[in-house]
Amino acid sequence: MITTNELEERNATVGHSDTLLELKDVKKHFPIKTGFLQKNVGQVKAVDGISFSIKKGETLGIVGESGCGKSTAGRTLIRLYEPTDGKIIFKGKDISHLSEAELRKDVRKDIQMIFQDPFASLNPRKTLRSIIREPLDTHNLYKGKERDEKVEELLEKVGLDASFINRYPHEFSGGQRQRIGIARALALHPEMIIADEAVSALDVSIQAQIINLMEDLQEEFGLTYMFISHDLSVVRHISDRVGVMYLGKMMELAAKKEIYSNPLHPYTQALLSAVPVPRKKGVAKRERIILKGELPSPANPPAGCVFHTRCPAAFDLCRQVVPDFQEVKDNHFVACHLYK
Amino acid sequence: MAKINLAENPSPSLELHGIKTTRDTMLQIVARKFFRNKLAVIGGIFLIVIISAALLAPVIAPYSPEKQKLLEKLSVPSREHLLGTDRFGRDIFSRLLYGARISLLVGFASVLGSITIGTFLGAIAGYVGGIVDALIMRFVDIILSIPSIFLLITLVTIFKPGVDKLILIFALLGWTTTARLVRGEFLSLRSREFVLASKTIGTKTHKIIFSHILPNAMGPIIVSATLSIGYVILAESGLSYLGLGIQPPVASWGNMLQDAQNFTILLNSWWYPLGPGLMILLTVVCFNFVGDGLRDALDPKINE
Ligand SMILES: Nc1ncnc2c1ncn2[C@@H]1O[C@H](COP(=O)(O)OP(=O)(O)OP(=O)(O)O)[C@@H](O)[C@H]1O
Ligand code: SF4
Ligand SMILES: [Mg+2]
Repeated sequence: MITTNELEERNATVGHSDTLLELKDVKKHFPIKTGFLQKNVGQVKAVDGISFSIKKGETLGIVGESGCGKSTAGRTLIRLYEPTDGKIIFKGKDISHLSEAELRKDVRKDIQMIFQDPFASLNPRKTLRSIIREPLDTHNLYKGKERDEKVEELLEKVGLDASFINRYPHEFSGGQRQRIGIARALALHPEMIIADEAVSALDVSIQAQIINLMEDLQEEFGLTYMFISHDLSVVRHISDRVGVMYLGKMMELAAKKEIYSNPLHPYTQALLSAVPVPRKKGVAKRERIILKGELPSPANPPAGCVFHTRCPAAFDLCRQVVPDFQEVKDNHFVACHLYK
Repeated sequence: MAKINLAENPSPSLELHGIKTTRDTMLQIVARKFFRNKLAVIGGIFLIVIISAALLAPVIAPYSPEKQKLLEKLSVPSREHLLGTDRFGRDIFSRLLYGARISLLVGFASVLGSITIGTFLGAIAGYVGGIVDALIMRFVDIILSIPSIFLLITLVTIFKPGVDKLILIFALLGWTTTARLVRGEFLSLRSREFVLASKTIGTKTHKIIFSHILPNAMGPIIVSATLSIGYVILAESGLSYLGLGIQPPVASWGNMLQDAQNFTILLNSWWYPLGPGLMILLTVVCFNFVGDGLRDALDPKINE
């Protein structure tokens, strides 16, 4: 087994050249406020100490049940939310506490986001021209007529007709709107795109199209993706590596093949057992693991391992000590006391 | 990279999806939806007639509204006096026309004032949130907890009632509904995904507020304004009816109604209260119809 120290040394010798983004023990707690003076009466620990890095050009999938903090993680690392604690390092620079003006100058152009709801992510009162021009206007890219030409070019890039430029979002279907959202995200030539449930609201056949489009664009522009979804099969299709979250924490992180063929964490095993897999000859049928109990509230997470209230393998230590998130095999990280 | 089967042409022709290829502006869509609502259209036409009549009162009115002809008092409607005359022999039709000017002026001006205050404070409360929000909303609660009719009566007794004071009082008391409404809109819009998208782009805050949030909150604001005009006209009539509104001899619908509230007049000269009573009723109802029509027409979620 490799300790964290050795890992850091190894990273230091290899250099961080291929690491685009790194999260170090990032937390995002939402205060619960009530009363006349908005007194603080508690915290929702939506993201409670996660660490991982994203390499340039890869697709990192993030999976987990609803409410486990996937969206909050994405929005915090793109600095839509101020992190409560921890460090976000983008291209070697700590961006955790940059001001909005500094972010605009250095970061906004490089990381963009695609949202879940194709009906809520486009302003219903703006034309496609104005929606896709907004990033170009904000950062003052291109001049005069060139800006509109650029908008038309982007529309065609995402498989829409350039003549749609004067239309309003309500005239389009969910899949087409998602393409508009992608065109807006592409306008600034970002290095990285966070896709938060980007296909979850779409029909299965349309999902496939959007994923194909995203893959084509990744190839063409060398994009790095963080692909958030609760759908394990979609994540399996698009990701290079997959991280599994539970109650604000990262439970397991490994290469896609490794995670799906050799899941180590009891939570990952339970999640995967619920996904129907095509049966191959000679491969034993996977036993479906039903998790007992309710998902605890992130306002009051269990002590020790947050998963212990539902874990079929839990033992005494789990109830008292928080397991470290550590590399137990090459590039396979797990937070569980079973692996030491 | 492996492709998943494409079930749909990636650049589907819009006609196939039943979508017209001609371009519609937002305004055209709103207008089309509004005109489909019969009651709203009727209400709108009626209001246009009343407003034009009020503006053209000096041209249309056959008599001066304050000209008394005591010999012809309380005469029945005739060719000479279309709606009859009042206790002082003044032409009721002419007085209704001039009364419309006052009632509508009070309605429009006070609502303009209350909407401005309400939108400003509601927007701050909703966008900034936290303690600022709590303070503004507690202030709203305090104002709402005062029974407004008593406050109105007190204020009107302290300051001599007049058009300007009435407008001021209605504006200063009426903004709370708008503030609550706008706060709610801003609160929900500021975490909507298209606003988050603007933030990830780096759009500046003032631009986000004025080009994304406010235009989407405008529908409810306009609807609430339309409905409030009706409410203010009713409230002004109520005050005048109590003798605390517009003071005679200046005509307003409310003080005309008050003047007619005498038992013998009600019994023998029924046409007198009928004029102002109907005008108040119809105007308020029409503002409500138009308000409802606008609400549906401006809501992008309601399809044609
Ligand atoms: N702005 C906020 N204020 C307070 N609590 C929040 C806020 N945003 C999220 N939360 C809470 O944080 C927790 C994590 O939410 P988050 O949206 O990140 O989960 P998620 O994994 O994206 O879920 P889903 O699959 O439903 O999108 C939830 O309990 C949620 O209620
Ligand atoms: S640490 Fe214990 S409770 Fe947590 S997953 Fe591992 S075995 Fe289960
Ligand atoms: Mg989410």
